[in-house]
Amino acid sequence: MTLEASSLPARTLTHGAPTHGAATQVQSIRAADRRKSRRLPVRKDWPTLWIVTAQIGFLVVMMAAWEIGAKYKWIDPFFWSKPSAIYETGVLYFNEGSAWIDIAFTFRATLIGFVIGTIAGGVLGLSFWWSRNYARFMQPFIICLESIPKLALAPLIILVFGMGLSSKVAIATALTLVVSTLTAYSGVQAVDRDQERLFYSLGASRWQVFTKLVAPFSVPWLISILRVNIGLALTGAIVGEFVASEHGLGRTIVYAGQTYEIALVWVAVAVLSALAMLMYVAVAWLERALRRGIPT
Amino acid sequence: MDVQSQPTQAPPAANKAATAKLALENVSMVFEGNGSSFTALAPVNLDVSANRFISLIGPSGCGKSTIFNIVAGLQPPTTGRILIDGVDVTGMIGQVGYMLQKDLLLPWRTILDNVCLGMEIQGVPIAQARDRAAPLLRQYGLGGFEKMHPSALSGGMRQRAALLRTLLIDMDVVLLDEPFGALDAQTKAQMQEWLLQLFHDFGRTVIFVTHDVEEAVFLSDEIYVMASRPGRVIEHMPVDIPRPRDRSIVSTPRFVAMKKYCLDLLHMSSSPDDSAGLAA
Repeated sequence: MTLEASSLPARTLTHGAPTHGAATQVQSIRAADRRKSRRLPVRKDWPTLWIVTAQIGFLVVMMAAWEIGAKYKWIDPFFWSKPSAIYETGVLYFNEGSAWIDIAFTFRATLIGFVIGTIAGGVLGLSFWWSRNYARFMQPFIICLESIPKLALAPLIILVFGMGLSSKVAIATALTLVVSTLTAYSGVQAVDRDQERLFYSLGASRWQVFTKLVAPFSVPWLISILRVNIGLALTGAIVGEFVASEHGLGRTIVYAGQTYEIALVWVAVAVLSALAMLMYVAVAWLERALRRGIPT
Repeated sequence: MDVQSQPTQAPPAANKAATAKLALENVSMVFEGNGSSFTALAPVNLDVSANRFISLIGPSGCGKSTIFNIVAGLQPPTTGRILIDGVDVTGMIGQVGYMLQKDLLLPWRTILDNVCLGMEIQGVPIAQARDRAAPLLRQYGLGGFEKMHPSALSGGMRQRAALLRTLLIDMDVVLLDEPFGALDAQTKAQMQEWLLQLFHDFGRTVIFVTHDVEEAVFLSDEIYVMASRPGRVIEHMPVDIPRPRDRSIVSTPRFVAMKKYCLDLLHMSSSPDDSAGLAA
């Protein structure tokens, strides 16, 4: 009581009269606010069917606008092509062209690069657990490797590995390897020190700690990187094909662009997107399957 | 100064000193760091006879955990040695069971396989380890949880699994570092009784670290009271209450007196005038 009484006048003294007036004003505003009632905003979800219909409708409208725009020369069909021409080119590409060869080529390069990069990176990252000195020695090189724009090395890699599949695999591997390495190493570093102590108190060897604790602990970290890696591997493979290749969707895009077959560019891009989506879905499925085996 | 060395020079079971299950001889721990040194543990002598339940109590920084790390072989002592059954095991790992406040169960293993971990590390084939562990899980309140993963269990159940893992490695000496520190009061009381049951059934030598004086008196045969700066043993008190002990003993005058004695010692040792020990 006494404390309050003594501190209150002191406060008004230091702040002066204006504060006093402002305070009463604020109070009256607050009182007015309190009387205003406000309901919790209600969010209504549309049925899925509506959403899908709207999505399809939007696509149809866009395509129609493109087609009509090209027909009446609002946009230059030479540069932009038009949906009907793209469809015809697509049918031709699949029936008489090299569609399946290209898809198989790009798919193989991506998949092999993805597998090699992820596994090798995982092994490299896990290996850093074995020796702190080795990890410290490797650190600047890994950081360096990470900061290099690896795609800029593509022409060099093509020179070394040749025009064929191996150079595309190499670029895809280079892109995925570093990410996997760093992720696996983060996993290794996140291992609970007390957990390690428990293992050693039970008389465990280094190998036992590694196989029974460090490796299983880091696996979920590697799994979490799979979806990122599949995208990176595809990017690597395509860029490799851009630089120099005999097959592949990337090569088709470059070739069509250089010969002004804009419709074919669109076809190849569409096929590429479909391929990317398929692989993403497959990897997401793989991730779920792996996670089910390893409850966190 | 006298208080410091008194308990160590007069071991409780002098006749058994030669055959002590676990003995610490002049064990000390000094950390050297840029010019100054810090005595985490002044030379300590302990003799623990077989099948005894010993508690270490003391303020934080009194070296309880240091003693455990040294006995478990996770940290080499600056001086002294550790004897188990008269054999020098200083700096050896896998000689004692060790359990921490955290259960440290592996989240990707089932409870059964977690309990088997210690045996597995010691080279017991996994099938054989499971055969040994499964009946014990059922017997000690973990029946039906064998196939579950740790995340599905409550804190008390997880500690049970962790303790069974520690007991199943067949080490005579078991170190328990505040195993119930993170549990609520009711679970803690249940776990204490459960632990006494296990102690009775398994017949191990237990060294128990706790902050909770009542817990120490309730569980132990002997209590070592420790003080900090430097970490050292200042008192050794036998708890001569017959077993099995019922929960109701906590309100008997004898129990209360022992508890008060320990609390007074802890209070005294943490008073501000006790600043000696930071060696130059």
